Amino acid sequence: MVHSPLVRRLLWLGSGITLAFLYLPIVVLVLYAFNSARVQRWPIDGFSTKWFGEAFGNDGARDALLMSVRVALGATGVALLLGSLAAFAVARYSFFGRDTVSFLLVIPIALPGIVTGMALNASFSDAPVVGGLSLGLVTVVIGHATFCIVVVYNNVVARLRRMSSSLEEASADLGATPWQTFRYITFPGLRTAVLAGALLAFALSFDEVIVTTFTVGDEQTLPIWILRNFSRPNQGPIVNAVAVIAIVLSIIPVYVAQRMIAGDSDVPTGGRL
Amino acid sequence: MTTPSTRGSGTRVGAALERSLRGRRRTQLSLLLAGPLGWLVIAYLGSLVVLLVAAFWQLDDFGNLDKNLGLENFRTLTEGDVYRAITLRTLGIAAAVTVTTAVLAFPIAFTMAKVAGPRARRLLVVAVILPLWSSYLVKVYAWRAILARDGILNWALEPFGLEGPGFGNVATWIVFSYLWLPYMILPIYAGIERIPDSVLDASSDLGASAFTTFRRVILPLTLPAVVAGSIFTFSLTMGDYITPQLVSSTQFIGNVVYANVGVAGNLPLAAAFVTVPIVVMVVYLLVARRLGAFESL
Repeated sequence: MVHSPLVRRLLWLGSGITLAFLYLPIVVLVLYAFNSARVQRWPIDGFSTKWFGEAFGNDGARDALLMSVRVALGATGVALLLGSLAAFAVARYSFFGRDTVSFLLVIPIALPGIVTGMALNASFSDAPVVGGLSLGLVTVVIGHATFCIVVVYNNVVARLRRMSSSLEEASADLGATPWQTFRYITFPGLRTAVLAGALLAFALSFDEVIVTTFTVGDEQTLPIWILRNFSRPNQGPIVNAVAVIAIVLSIIPVYVAQRMIAGDSDVPTGGRL
Repeated sequence: MTTPSTRGSGTRVGAALERSLRGRRRTQLSLLLAGPLGWLVIAYLGSLVVLLVAAFWQLDDFGNLDKNLGLENFRTLTEGDVYRAITLRTLGIAAAVTVTTAVLAFPIAFTMAKVAGPRARRLLVVAVILPLWSSYLVKVYAWRAILARDGILNWALEPFGLEGPGFGNVATWIVFSYLWLPYMILPIYAGIERIPDSVLDASSDLGASAFTTFRRVILPLTLPAVVAGSIFTFSLTMGDYITPQLVSSTQFIGNVVYANVGVAGNLPLAAAFVTVPIVVMVVYLLVARRLGAFESL
């Protein structure tokens, strides 16, 4: 397809503006994190890496980071199991209500986070059967897992649809047990999609704020630590350093996942649906 | 090569389980669905029902929870000017953000889909996706640093005798547009990608200018994608209370809800107010489905 040079130039210009808009705040934040002065003011006074040292030495930030990792691992584990099971059911079986199942999986992420957060908060405080759950690690994991399931599900279901089931049928025809077929045929084909789903679920949980504020109680994850500390006097520079670390920690899994699922659909998945 | 025939089932229990499940598609299916459906129906839908019921409770004069059902909260919300203003502000900003992100999204989405080579396209996709996934809070926080009085924006505008918008509704509009922009770019990119090149060629062969092709061909064909993107811009704006809290002092639906959850708050009122985003989103999703936006998600 041919576009006139003028149109091409305008399109690249527009793309450049949008990209600049997307990256400007991140660049500013990184520059502030290496700012030597305690005061956040532009232009910055000088460069220093000392705030990173202070950030690593900060007990609150370290505990929050640990909590975030634990929450993300727990939520990813639950999402991995439930998302993969649902993907198998939807991709390999036809049944009444299949569309409803995929719709149900999407709701927790399609409705505003505050709805999910409040709903869980209201039902945790006087949950039937268990007589109320106290807010903490378990409740955050439940909250995060609920909206992470769809991320795993989407990746696995996309791969299952691309992998024709004829290989599995051939395996069965050749006398393999279902377990052998799964172990030697299905799983190797799925591995990268499952891993990509897990990485995205981890990243999604690691950054989540809104559902977390409603389910975390007195504990804090890394985003909650940032939220509670950035307005405190003198904490600014450390928060900047922690923020840069948080960006790096969430971008790495997404980048790796992106490479693993390249080609699963004509459009790269990476949106949250 | 390993020969799978001698290994496999592992334990005898596993083998027995396998035998009993073989060919029983219904049993297999229920086992697969029990976990995910159980979780979503009990943990999620159950909680939503609790929330919806709580919207009809109220607080008595002493601030204690009165679990008799009534429409008290909804009366408060519809009769209070403050709540109406907050609802209109939230929906207004959500609409403004939707338009802004669509305008910013089209050039880059078109470049990705039809202009860039395969290598440049891959780079652009990653460049759009990475900010989407980097910490939400950190991005808002970065905007605070940019919009602050002695921040970078005022420093850049000062030589021209201008001043940035500071914190307020404009700041909220900018930051929301920034945060949700990738959610708009990706579906529009997917939508443009699906338009066959021949359709665009035909349009220009028939003498249409680039602008006419955009207005008469590309825009109508990508409308479902824009609607798909706007599901996010609306849903995310209506549910947010952190951005307004950090870059503005005005209240959004989310702020009122958040302030009323907790010991000192009015949970029934918060639950009633949160039905506004739920109803708007459900209607929105139904309309979007009619427009075929779900295929663009």
